[in-house]
Amino acid sequence: MKVDNDANAFYCDCVKEEQNPVNAMLRLDRMPSIWCPGCGVGTSVNAFARALKQAKVNLEKTAIVSGIGCSGRVSGYLNFDSFHTTHGRAIPFATGLKLANPELNVVVYSGEGDLIAIGGNHFIHAARRNMDLLVICVNNFTYGMTGGQVSPTSPASAKFTTAPFGQFEEPFNLPNLAESAGAVYVARWTTFHVNQLAKSMREALNKRGFRFIEVISPCPTLYQRRNKLGDGLDAMKYYVEKSVINNNADTREIKIDFQDEITVGTFVNKERPTFLESMNARFSQTIGASYQPYPEG
Amino acid sequence: MSADPAGVLTGSHYIDGNHAACEGALAAGCRFAAGYPITPSTEVVERIASRMPYMGGVFIQMEDELAASIALQGAVWAGKKALTVTSGPGFSLMMEHIGLAAMTETPCVFVDVQRGGPSTGLPTQPGQADMMQARWGSHGDYEIIALSPDSPQECFDLAIESFNLAEQWRVPVLLMMDEVVGHMTERVVIPEAKDIQVTERRFTKKSPQDFKLFEPASDMVPDMAKAGDGYKILVTGLTHDERGYPIMNQHIQEQLVHRLVNKIRLNANQITRCEEVDIEDAEVIVVAYGITSRVARRSITIAREQGVKVGLLRLIVCWPFPEQRIRELASKVKAFVVPEINYGQMVLEVQRVAAGKAPAILVGHGGGEVHEPEVIAAAIIKAAKG
Ligand SMILES: Cc1ncc(C[n+]2csc(CCOP(=O)(O)OP(=O)(O)O)c2C)c(N)n1
Ligand code: SF4
Repeated sequence: MKVDNDANAFYCDCVKEEQNPVNAMLRLDRMPSIWCPGCGVGTSVNAFARALKQAKVNLEKTAIVSGIGCSGRVSGYLNFDSFHTTHGRAIPFATGLKLANPELNVVVYSGEGDLIAIGGNHFIHAARRNMDLLVICVNNFTYGMTGGQVSPTSPASAKFTTAPFGQFEEPFNLPNLAESAGAVYVARWTTFHVNQLAKSMREALNKRGFRFIEVISPCPTLYQRRNKLGDGLDAMKYYVEKSVINNNADTREIKIDFQDEITVGTFVNKERPTFLESMNARFSQTIGASYQPYPEG
Repeated sequence: MSADPAGVLTGSHYIDGNHAACEGALAAGCRFAAGYPITPSTEVVERIASRMPYMGGVFIQMEDELAASIALQGAVWAGKKALTVTSGPGFSLMMEHIGLAAMTETPCVFVDVQRGGPSTGLPTQPGQADMMQARWGSHGDYEIIALSPDSPQECFDLAIESFNLAEQWRVPVLLMMDEVVGHMTERVVIPEAKDIQVTERRFTKKSPQDFKLFEPASDMVPDMAKAGDGYKILVTGLTHDERGYPIMNQHIQEQLVHRLVNKIRLNANQITRCEEVDIEDAEVIVVAYGITSRVARRSITIAREQGVKVGLLRLIVCWPFPEQRIRELASKVKAFVVPEINYGQMVLEVQRVAAGKAPAILVGHGGGEVHEPEVIAAAIIKAAKG
């Protein structure tokens, strides 16, 4: 492998390509990443890279779009057509990308602050339209990049820099939000469940429509430290002890309370016409035979 | 290259500026549009919605302007020519993404049909008060190109020009219309496709191994690649090196941002465009743009009837500002008179560039109407007396 960045030469030399089957998926010349030790974002990327290797998708035609945040850096470390956009707007950027070239397999990969707080409106509308996107949301219950502020999934009573006396708002239950808005595939796993997560990602990559995977992920540096929850390993212990696999759980029942049970699994897996399928059906019906159907990907 | 006939409605049409801008965009090869309705711009996308299915493009009404102003950038990186359309409040919401397009050198077109503001202001009535926002509205240092049509015909022509300039310089181009031009109905002649020149995107001919996404060519503009072609491009709004990799230090910032600014500033004389009427013997020059320049023509006639030597400098390209021409004129004339439907925006530029050699007198208007020609004429006559 050619390395054109001296500063990274040492790292890249000691990572032999044959050692790690996901290396080809990464921009190794950008390693090491910015993520802290024990952070879950990298673990989720590992699962994703393995899923991509196994999925029946054209890697040349795969594009990754992120917003802003620690999780939003994922696009830049993946060796695909990568777009690191503005805070909250990964989904509408991805929408334009997909609609302009439906051959592309477009994956949105970002944090819950990005996708659900500032980007919440785009999330529900893309799900409603059944835009053909896979959305992977790294949920670490806080804003990592800006220093541990409260997020739309922050559990009640936990502390944040902007909720110093403990969070008291009702948090979003993301699978339920996704399902209600119209997603055709909804799953949740933690970064402990790497195999299930990779399998779920593979399954979602091979499906069409608005697909949503929530990855519960540790942020030892900010969320855990402030709430005295230990390090990355302690987060794994929590996930092992408190995760319950329930594949067909009713998404209304699976909210996550502070350090409480985490229901994981694949909750929704159904079919419904995508935006472009609906558009083509409508235009064919109203415009008639002279309408040239738009490629659906 | 000439236009794709699929988008060209050749013939003579009696349509308004908004519809004409739509036709210009389609003639220029725009095949993706994202919008969110707002008066007085909505007719542009309404027409696009009905025309796009016939030419293999997509229109999508997004959930808001934030979404619209970035969806079009996704479409550009997938290889399409794309636009969004809005007015005042929507334009404000789009500002962050004008910065993104400038930083990522994404060629795209934003149409702003200006109304009276601030805030919700006068939704159905004219204004020209977004001109400084167009120039400076996003954070950071950057340059854009902005054009201002004065008729439905020019809405058509300049919509094409906007796409051509966007592709040539890889900047967001802003078509700064106003409510009157947008809603005024006149004859618009659409030539045959073969007679419409369109600038195509300059895609790299290099292999992925040899290609750097942000390596400038001799004109300071990098060649492009698009998603899906095997280049594994990395596009980020962070300060980035020639590969597109985020590198955040003052050295790379200096290299990148200075080039983004200079590719427009150093080429400004190629980009700026004005119309000059009766400038040769003029002692007073009216500097105007958009609908106000049409009112000013009447004012000039009134003033000339009273023996005042007055000419018109009409800004067709407003940004970059025609500094060189204004500087030349400043040393020859007694004064500039600048009517605008705001309380002083482009007049500040005229003042800055004239640098005290000739005064620039604002004839301001808060919006809701165009000027009375007599008001501008009175300012011209007063300026001529000195
Ligand atoms: C418009 C805008 N507002 C605010 C910010 C600052 N900001 C950067 S990252 C971030 C939060 C990210 O949180 P999340 O998506 O949960 O990602 P994490 O860092 O936790 O992975 C915020 C608010 C910004 N970049 N842009
Ligand atoms: S701050 Fe938290 S989310 Fe960000 S990299 Fe560090 S551990 Fe990960």
